[in-house]
Parts: sequence; structure tokens; C-alpha cells
Amino acid sequence: MNRNNHRNRRGRRESGERVLINTDAASHTRGESQYVDDLPRPADLLHAAVFGSPVAHGRLKTLDTSAALASEGVVAVLTAADIPGENQIGPIIPDEELLASEEVHFVGQPVAVVVAETAELARKAREKIRIDIEEQDIITDPIEAYEKGEIIGSPRVFELGDVASAWEQCDLILEDTCVVGGQEHVYLETQRARAVPQEGGRLQIFSSTQSPYATQRTVARILGVPNHAIEVDVLRLGGGFGGKEDQATPWACMAALAARHTGRPVELVLSRAEDMRMTGKRHPYVSKFKIGVKRDGTILAYEVRHYQNAGAAADLSPAILERTLFHSTNAYFIPNVRAFAVSCRTNLPPFTAFRGFGGPQAMFVIESAITKVAEALGLPREAVQRKNLLQEGDAFPYGQRAERCRARRTWDETVMAYDLTAIRECVRQFNETHFERKKGYALMPVCFGISFTSTFMNQAGALVHVYTDGSVSVSTGGVEMGQGLRANLTRIAAQALGIRPQRIRVETTNTTRVANMSPSAASATTVLNGNATLMAVEQILERLKRVAAQELNVADWQAIRIADEAVLHGGHDTGMTWSELVQKAYLRRVDLSAHGFYATPNLYFDREKEKGRPFAYHVYGTAIVEVTVDCLRGTYEVDSVKIVHDLGRPLNRTVDLGQVEGGLAQGLGWMTMEDLRFNERGECLSATLATYKVPDAFFMPDDIQVAFLEDADEPTGPYGNKAVGEPPFMYGIGVFFAIRHAMRAFRPNTELPFRAPMTPERVLMQLHQVEVEALTAAQASVAVTM
Amino acid sequence: MPPTIQFILNDRTISTDIPTGLLVLDFLRKYLHLHGTKEGCKEGDCGACTVLVGELRGRKVEYLPVTSCLMPVGELHGKHLVTIEGLNLPQLNPAQEAIVEEGATQCGFCTPGIVVSMTGYLMQADGPVTADGIKMALSGHLCRCTGYRSLKQSWMYLQQRPGQRRGIEALVKAGILPEYFLEIPKRLRAIPPLPEKAPSPQVVIAGGTDLYVQQGERLPDIPVGVLNLRPELRGIQRENGHLRVGALTTFEEFAAHAEVRRLVPDIDQYMALIASWQIRNRATLGGNIVNASPIADMTILLLALNATLVLQNGSAQREVPLAEFYRGYKTLDKQPDELVYDILIPLPPPGTKINWEKVSKRKYLDIASVNSAIAVRVEDGHIAEATLAMGGVAPVPLLMRRTGAFLIGKPLAPDTVTGAIEVAQQEISPISDIRGSADYKRLLTRQLTIAHFCKLFPEQIKARDVYESQ
Repeated sequence: MNRNNHRNRRGRRESGERVLINTDAASHTRGESQYVDDLPRPADLLHAAVFGSPVAHGRLKTLDTSAALASEGVVAVLTAADIPGENQIGPIIPDEELLASEEVHFVGQPVAVVVAETAELARKAREKIRIDIEEQDIITDPIEAYEKGEIIGSPRVFELGDVASAWEQCDLILEDTCVVGGQEHVYLETQRARAVPQEGGRLQIFSSTQSPYATQRTVARILGVPNHAIEVDVLRLGGGFGGKEDQATPWACMAALAARHTGRPVELVLSRAEDMRMTGKRHPYVSKFKIGVKRDGTILAYEVRHYQNAGAAADLSPAILERTLFHSTNAYFIPNVRAFAVSCRTNLPPFTAFRGFGGPQAMFVIESAITKVAEALGLPREAVQRKNLLQEGDAFPYGQRAERCRARRTWDETVMAYDLTAIRECVRQFNETHFERKKGYALMPVCFGISFTSTFMNQAGALVHVYTDGSVSVSTGGVEMGQGLRANLTRIAAQALGIRPQRIRVETTNTTRVANMSPSAASATTVLNGNATLMAVEQILERLKRVAAQELNVADWQAIRIADEAVLHGGHDTGMTWSELVQKAYLRRVDLSAHGFYATPNLYFDREKEKGRPFAYHVYGTAIVEVTVDCLRGTYEVDSVKIVHDLGRPLNRTVDLGQVEGGLAQGLGWMTMEDLRFNERGECLSATLATYKVPDAFFMPDDIQVAFLEDADEPTGPYGNKAVGEPPFMYGIGVFFAIRHAMRAFRPNTELPFRAPMTPERVLMQLHQVEVEALTAAQASVAVTM
Repeated sequence: MPPTIQFILNDRTISTDIPTGLLVLDFLRKYLHLHGTKEGCKEGDCGACTVLVGELRGRKVEYLPVTSCLMPVGELHGKHLVTIEGLNLPQLNPAQEAIVEEGATQCGFCTPGIVVSMTGYLMQADGPVTADGIKMALSGHLCRCTGYRSLKQSWMYLQQRPGQRRGIEALVKAGILPEYFLEIPKRLRAIPPLPEKAPSPQVVIAGGTDLYVQQGERLPDIPVGVLNLRPELRGIQRENGHLRVGALTTFEEFAAHAEVRRLVPDIDQYMALIASWQIRNRATLGGNIVNASPIADMTILLLALNATLVLQNGSAQREVPLAEFYRGYKTLDKQPDELVYDILIPLPPPGTKINWEKVSKRKYLDIASVNSAIAVRVEDGHIAEATLAMGGVAPVPLLMRRTGAFLIGKPLAPDTVTGAIEVAQQEISPISDIRGSADYKRLLTRQLTIAHFCKLFPEQIKARDVYESQ
């Protein structure tokens, strides 16, 4: 096992790795990396601003854009009537208009687009749009929506064993409700796109999208043109985290619509406040659970009902709901399970993908249920967790079995490596000797399935060119958004070709080079696109080897290998270099380009039976989170997070470690300070970075330790690597239970709700419930006597 | 005609007559096409737009990082503005190298700003690079990708660099800063001061750190009066029995002053909580007071310190106790033409103890749910003087007069704290908002009152005893 101890990690760096992390990193640090609005500006570039609905629900009576149109610098004001194609952007269910035509369903829903010479003029003109809406009742609560029949799609149920008969065998049955909040993505780069008209009615679109193909086909749909009339190009994203998987599309559509109408290039960049008000976030959930156990903590039955707050349109909610079901039992084996889930339509912005994609909400509930069991039985929480961890061959409620299961292995290595016994003792001693400050800890195991759960999406293409100077160009459908895809693909291609990474250039993601790509999501981008790249590279490599064999006059081309830019035969240097071989192949008129296509094998899922094998494999890991709670002030600090993570074989330790730590930070934020709030009118109250806080350098503990499992190669991954993007997010869930653990030390017998995020307000109010009642009672009596 | 302002941008001298209220960030990106400076939030919370501003101090130029999204171009006159482009050398500088080596950049959007702050840190006076120093440099930056460990780790890399000395000459010599930095003091001295007579402004701006957040769309278009061009409004003097603090004194300058540090020994910790390095370099005491936020962190401290304001209109001056300056929510005892000129802080008698408390959703760099400060002097086991201020519990930053009066003459004992809490509850009128429910703020008023006494008098007052005395 490797700790990410500074010296060890550096010592272990393989040659070439430094160069690799340099590819984008150096230009990032110099401020030379470009994002959409950093690209050179055409002189006739126009800017757009979006007018959103001021109310959460109602019928449009009048929309008067004349004053805005007459404003200084305004070129056009576009509404639903100006859409030449279909006014529809729903990716799974066609239930969402690009620009509202008759009804509005959430505050900020786009209604009109103002196009002007500058963004400031467009925003000023926007103020002059007059809208009259006949307001209707709104719903913001998912349970209320469910009870009123406002659901999206049909409820889904995953079942294993027989819950109904299992309850009788239980020594203890507990029930409770979990409420978990949403989460704003806060990608540092807000949503943006630029559309540039080309000849023949084509449009070139530079978009900050995780899903170039979704953007392409939706723009085509809006404009009523074939997909081939729209070229989408993505250089990089300033963060996405799921927020640009589907919700980058509307802004590109609006820029495209404006470019089409004006015949000029149009850029649309959302301000932070616009972005936070208008775009979707992680789904809030309300979940009710019932759990049954034996006296020793063995879980016999688990029933859960997840009510997903989907917001005003389907967006990706049905797919996210499905993953909630897949992860309802996290890393545990429970023989009898009934998991129900439903998407509930409310008058909030359509909630969307965010790292974890419905999995975190499910895991929060099962961890809550286990906590309730442990507290009732008087057992340490981790004893109940450990007892029920998955083992090889155990069935998940969706039929797949745990293969190469590492739930117990990562757990046991965590407990050993970080000395849980010592942590427990240290916490006990601290709490005995301190009154106002209490420490707590929690273990958080994670089991996360890798693959898009819609099987058809598990495909990827790559286009590789070798130029006659020996340099190599790699295009894939994957988008670089900080996850290190460019570095990973460079490494994969360089390693496969046996050449220096400096020869590889990973290109922009462009719909004319690689078609019909799935979004960069589901942690699967490197797996899918890396494998596709390998398949393209292998074709070229075989052709080159045949050329080498001919040049060397040997028959067995399979004995040719390229390593360190040298052509080897039977392991011996032939004297021929990579560059020479490429030249020779070119002169022999051998194709130096290839397209690779990868489709993850052995995946299937039957949505009638809700059974199948939806995942290529699972990622496992365990974290220990330690906190100190100030019970006088309700504040807390995360002291440390210590993780053993299953990465398969690391492809690029630095990149992978960055994914683990970054995911963890977002998970910790979601459970603590990230307090997404809407009022009863459906207005977002936390729509600025002054009102919505995300972790900063002080909040994140200095003591973060990450170890990767050794000897854990994943056979299907490129070079044994496992996906890494999403699973570490869920280690952050541990902080909720660590805080609760510390609070229990202060108030052993108080009822504590399972309500996240655990803000300092909730901590203090829960710790001092009696005092709050006394204070409010005293105020009430003052009011009466006055 | 707006005045032509002159400043140096990286190694170029710029003369411009664009509206003085235009944001430096917009000027850089939209007029000069310098795209290394990024817009992340336009409210000073993310740090992606961080630049360095160098100002002549005697013969030297001192550089501080600031957020360009909250700074008017008009203020740049006679100064040196440095963006990431102005720091780049053919090779990476050590801050850049450290980030690359540690894998401390992912999407890259926050990275140029971080490099600017880290380089700015290296440019401060000589001394070893420390973990805390790097944390300070990172304090005003949000990174949503890395989780910060790798960024924080960069201090080890920077510290390990052989021959590392800080200070501008040393950095230029070591090939860490471009050579043009050496010529900047001379070039700045050559820029003549602006003519005294500027067109009468519709709005005056001090640090702008809240004004631009509130009125960011309006200010760029109107003539603004840039107070920071008036050096007489800055600085701290000790006079008989009090400190005279110029209203434009920044948080950072205030906290660095020896007298202030003597008065509030843990002021650095308070500063770290209430504002990032970039904002502390901009936010002024006068601005904090006039902005009249009910939870203004600095105002709460000044209330407990019993500060008095000197207001000036032309040559006329008058004094108003800070506690009487607030008439209601964002309503001031101030005429439109009056400026807060000085803040007078009486030096308290020996033995006075001062404590501050602040609770917010995120511990650092967040707006308080409730904040509080207290000044107490105890004689012979009895409270001789007590001034308590609370923020977030009323329409104004609140001096808790009745609670303070109650405390005087009482023994230093848990019962006294309990009694004070009861009086305090009658004095406050919190409302529910995004910072917390009214009930929470009532509870915090209680808890923070207890916290003040526990922290100042740990031997005599323990939270457990106060809880039990109720």
C-alpha cells in the first residue's frame, strides 16, 4: 500500500510522468490555457443575455420586447416564436422548451434572448423587457408533488429476496426519514458558448459542454437542420462536475439561434448569479427507510422509498433516479431489499447530473439507517458496517454479483493502516477530558458501479493520425474538464506506440472528427476513450510492424516491437527509429490514420425485470473521517480524512490522486456548508458565492491521506486502470456521521435527525434544543405582556 | 471629459480616459484582451481575477494582491498593475513550477489567479516560505477541482528551492520576476499626480469591496469619486488617549499596527476569518462603517472599542459616537456631502480585555450568522466596565447598551453571565434569513455571550457552570 506521503510519491514517479502532467498544467499556470471566451474575438462578435421568468409557475399573458429591441446596441431580441425548428431540449423526455412559449415552470426559466453589441448593453436592454404572467400555485416539496401526482416517468422498484416475510425474523426494526439537500456545481467557469456562422448555413459552436454530441443534435433540432450542419468544438472546460453534461446545451442553442438570426458570431456567457439562478444542481431527496436487523447487527431487511426532487423538467432525472436505486445498499449485502424511487416534478430549476449522479443520496440513506441501528443496539457504528460488507459473489438488488469484490479488503486495510483502534482511543480520551469540544469519527465505505447505466451509452470513438514527422494527433469523444483526460490519453497512446509522450497531441473534442459521442461522464471517460484510442493505435501499430518486417526482411511481424522510439525485433534493437519507420510506411503508401471504436462488453440491463449486469465493475474504497465539534458555538473542523482507494492499477498517480482529493472536497462540502435554499416562491436564496459557500483552503483538513490498493488490476480497464472520477465524492458523506458521533458525545440521548447538510446552525440548534425552546418561550411571553 | 489616468500595466505605460468606475477586470479582458485574468464570480469570493497592484512607498514599490473585479480603473493612476501575463518568464517561476509539480491544477480556471497571489506572497519581505504563509496566499481563492492539499503542499516545494530569498530585487536576480520590475519605481515617480479638480462624482468609492457587489452594473457608467487617490485619509496615529485611524485605512493596515495588536492581541486570527488577503488589502474601516451592514465584522469590533467617528464636510468637522451613527437599517447620521474622515478609538484603561466571536456557515471568509465583540475590565472580582456589541441580531450593528449596563458592578460569576443573556435577549430583534433563523440567532446570542466570558476568564467562567446556573 502506498500513502501519498510527499517523498514517497515523488520517489515513485515513473519517467515521463512529469512531462505528462505538464501538458496542460504549465499553460494553466501561465494563464495561457484558453476557455470559450478567451478565443480570439471576431470583430463582428455579438453578445447575448438571457431573460428568465421572474415567477415559478404561470401562463404567459404578454411578452413585450419592443423597448429592449429599441435599446442602444441591441441587434435582436429572440423569443420562442423565432425558433425555426422544434422548441424542445429535453434529453430523455421531451418536456422542456428552450424558450418558454406559453407557460413557465421555474424562476429563471429562459423566455427571451437579447443580442447586442456588448454583454453590458444586452443586460441593460434585458431590464426593459415587460412580461405579464398569470401566476399559478407552485410546488417545491417532492412529497407534495408525489401526492398530487406530479411525477416524471414511472416509479421504479428494485427488489431482492422477500422483505415482507423478512421483517418477522428481525430482532429490531427501525424507521426514519432522511432529508438531503441539493448542491450547486460552482464550476469556476460559468456556462458559455460561442456560435460562429459558416458558409452554407452551417454553424461552428465553441461550447463549454461535457456532451458535444448532445449539444450538436439539440442545436440541430432547435434550428431544424441536420446534425452535419452543426460543428461543436470543445477545447476544455473550466470545471463541469456533471453541470455541463446536459445543461450546457441550452446556452449553446441560444447562441446558435442568435447567430442564425443575425448572421453574426454570438457569444453567451452567464454571469455567476445568472448561472446559479438559472441552471440545475444536484437533486435534493426525501427518503424514508425501514431497516430490520438481528441483535448482533446483521441486516436482514431494508426498505427504502426515495422521493427525488427533479425540478420542473425531466432533464437527466430518470437516469439519476436509476443510479439512486443501483446504490441503495452501497457496499453492503442485504438479503431482502425493496427500493422504491420516484422523480417528483416541482417548480424549481430542473435538477441535473452532479458527480455521483444519484448515488450519494442513496448512500446517505443506508448509512443513516445503519447509524440508527448501531445507536439502538449500542454498538459502534463501524461494527454494524463491517458485519454487513459485501463479499465476493454477493448479489446486488439488481441481479449483478460482486466480482473481484474489495469492500472488505479496503475496509480492513483502512482500519489497519490508519490504526482505527488508536483513533477510537484518542477520541474517547479527548471527549472525557473536554466539555465544550468533542471529537467524532466515522468510517465510510463506498461501492460504486462503473458504466453508463443506459447500456447503449457505453461506446466511444477515437481518431488517431500519425504524421510523417512522427508526431501523433489523437482525437476522441472525451472532453477535458480538469479530470486529466488529455494527460491520460497522452500516456495511453505513448505507451502503446512505444514513443515519447511529447510526440502526442490530444486534440480538441470535435463532432466532425469523432461522431455521436457519449457525454464525458459516469467516471467512464478515460476508460471508454482510452480503450478506443488503444484500438485505433493498435491498428496503426500493426501496419507499422508489417512495414518494419518487410524493411528488415523478416517474416514474423508479430516479433516487432517499438520501445523508447526504437524498433525492436525479438527484443533486439534493429537500428531503425520510430521516425524512420513512419517515413518508410508513408512512402509505401500505408495508411497512418485509424479510427478506433470501443463498446464495453458484457453489459445488459432489463428494465422490465430490473435485473441485469449494468456495470463493467465496481470501485471500492473506505475512508475514516475525524472531526472536532465546538459544542458551545456549533462550529466544527474536519481534522483528517484517511482513505484506502481501489484504483485498479494507477495510470497516472498525480492525476488520480487529484480526482480522489477533489471528489472528497465536494463531498465534504455537500454534507456541511453547501446549503442550497429556495423560498416558498421558488426563488433561489443562495444564488451568489456570498450566500452559497464551498470548501476553501482552510476548511479542507491539512491531514488528508490517500493510499491506493496494490495488485488490484482491473482486466477491462486501459492498462488495468479503474475509473476514479465519482466514487471519492462519497467518502465525504462520512463527515456527517463523524459530526453526529461527536454530537452524541455531548448529548448522548437527544433525538438527532438525518438531515443534511449539517450546517453549524443545525449542529447548534440540535445540541441545545431545550435552550431554544426556553428562549422562544421567553420571547413569546414577552410578546404577550407587551 | 473624465481625467486621463496614467499607470503601468505589466511593462507598458497606459494612458486612458475611459470611465473611472470601469472594473479593472473588464478593462483587462474586454479592452486589452489580456485573458489570463479570469472572471469567476465578480464579487470577490473566488479570486480567479486576482492581480497585483504596486504602489510607491518611499523609494520602493509595494505589491499586494487584489481582486480586479472590485477595483475601479480610476484608482490605478500612478500605480503598477501586474497580471499573470506580466509575471510570465520564458521558464516557469517557482510558484508555477510548484503547482505543476504537485499536480495542483486540474481545470486550470482558478490557476492564474492563484499563481498571482503566490508570487505576490513571494514578493513580500524576506523570510522563509511557510505553510501558513501559503495558506494566506490561497485564502481568497476557490478551487473546485483539487481539494487544496496539492496547492497547500506547494510551500514545501517553494521552501526547498535553494537560495530562495524574497523581496523584489532578490526575485529578479534569481530569475523569478521579469527584469522590468526594477525600473518600475522610477517610472511610477515620473507619473504626475491627477489634477485636483475632478468632475463631481455621483458616488464615492473607498475599497469598493461591497459597493461593487451591490452596484456592479451601474458604477462602470457613472463618474465615481475614487477616495483611494487621497492619501490623507489613510494611516493611524496615536494621540492623547486615543488612536486616530484614517477612514481609508485598510483592514490589513489596521491589523498590522502595533497599537491595534496590543489592544486586540489575536487580531490576526480575526482578520483571517473575516476577509481574504486580497479583500483585506482593499476593504477599508470607513467603508465597512458606512456600508452599514448589520453584521459588519470590523464595525462590531469598533463598537466594542467604543469608537467615535469624525465626519467632514468641506472644512467643517463633527464627531459622532459610532453607536449613534446608525439610525435604522442602512440609515446613517450622515449628510450626503459628509465623509467619514477619521475613526477615534479611545485607548482603554489597563486590564481591559477584548474578545471577538464570529459564527458563519463556512468558518473562514463568510458573512456571519452572528458576530460579537466585547471589552471587559474586571476589578476585585467584579465587572468594572463592559461594552458588548452584536451583529446579525438587529437592523444595525448593535451596541448592547442594556446588557453592558447590567454587567457593570456584577461579580464575575456564571450567574452574571446567565443574567446578561436574559437582558441580551430583550435587546435583540433577529430575523430569519439565509444566514440563519431568528431562533438560531437568539441561541447564538446566548452562546457567544457565554463564549466571551469562557475565553476571557477561563478560570472563573466555564460553560458547564453557566448551563447549570440556568
